[in-house]
Amino acid sequence: MSFNVESYFKDLQKDDVIFSYKGDISSDVINIILDTVEKKTVVASDTSRIRKKVYNVLVESLQNLYHHADTVPADFEDQESGRFGLIALKKCTRGYMITAGNFVKNNKVAKLGEKLEKINNSSAEDIKELYKFILHHQKISPKGGGGLGLVDIARKTGNNLEYKFYDYNDAYSFFSLSIKINPLEKVNN
Amino acid sequence: MNMEPIIIEGSPKTPTVHFDANEGVFKLEGRSIPENSVEFYKPLVDWLDKYKEGPLPRTVVEIKLEYFNTSSSKCILDVFKKLELIHKSKNEVEIKWYYEEDDEDMLEAGEDYESIIRVPFEMIEIVE
Repeated sequence: MSFNVESYFKDLQKDDVIFSYKGDISSDVINIILDTVEKKTVVASDTSRIRKKVYNVLVESLQNLYHHADTVPADFEDQESGRFGLIALKKCTRGYMITAGNFVKNNKVAKLGEKLEKINNSSAEDIKELYKFILHHQKISPKGGGGLGLVDIARKTGNNLEYKFYDYNDAYSFFSLSIKINPLEKVNN
Repeated sequence: MNMEPIIIEGSPKTPTVHFDANEGVFKLEGRSIPENSVEFYKPLVDWLDKYKEGPLPRTVVEIKLEYFNTSSSKCILDVFKKLELIHKSKNEVEIKWYYEEDDEDMLEAGEDYESIIRVPFEMIEIVE
């Protein structure tokens, strides 16, 4: 059986979900999500440091969806969304977790997987240097992405990018990315 | 120098801008998280390109950002590259990079730019 987005999204909502959304990721939708989350994450016990990290990771996750989500497969239930994606913010025992998901054409899976592996196998110092290198040398793509989003997320959280590609059909996979944001100091830095 | 200033009100996704060639203190303040940052920053970069033809003897640029996305980070570098050219042609240029207390990410971001751009930086902590 191929991957079911609806049940995946339902599973995401089981735990302590603060916010979740699935559908079209337009600029206006991003505004609304950021505004909603900003109001909801003002928890007394949180420092401004973790609030800022959550906000930053959320911005980059949403804008990754905005710039990179592929068109949906022909048999997918939501054909209206120009850029389909899903996003969830959860409270964890320690800190927060953000999960983002979108369709990726199978011919892009290997390249994206390599990029994620490269980041996950890099030390904090290497990630910092990689960030600076891309900042300095890479032009903004026609899509508007800078190629820095994932590197920035890894750098700011100090955590691995947990990802999975679920088989959807011969042409598509569903890509999910989960990022933990811990309250304490970054590890290895 | 006779140049129209750029004065832009901030929005939830774009910063307040105050670039006035007669004042010599340029300001960028607030949030910079637009999806298309090139659209926002191109006029600023073009403006600085003109300003560099006849800059004041001393130019101070104050960057006071609460958030910026990775797409803006490249555009901010483009702004700084113009300032670097002004500095290269024997004019005084200083970038004041503000960051909120405990915001080590914003401090590190400033230090990244400082390591790439040959202009004097001053890192200023905003204590509440």
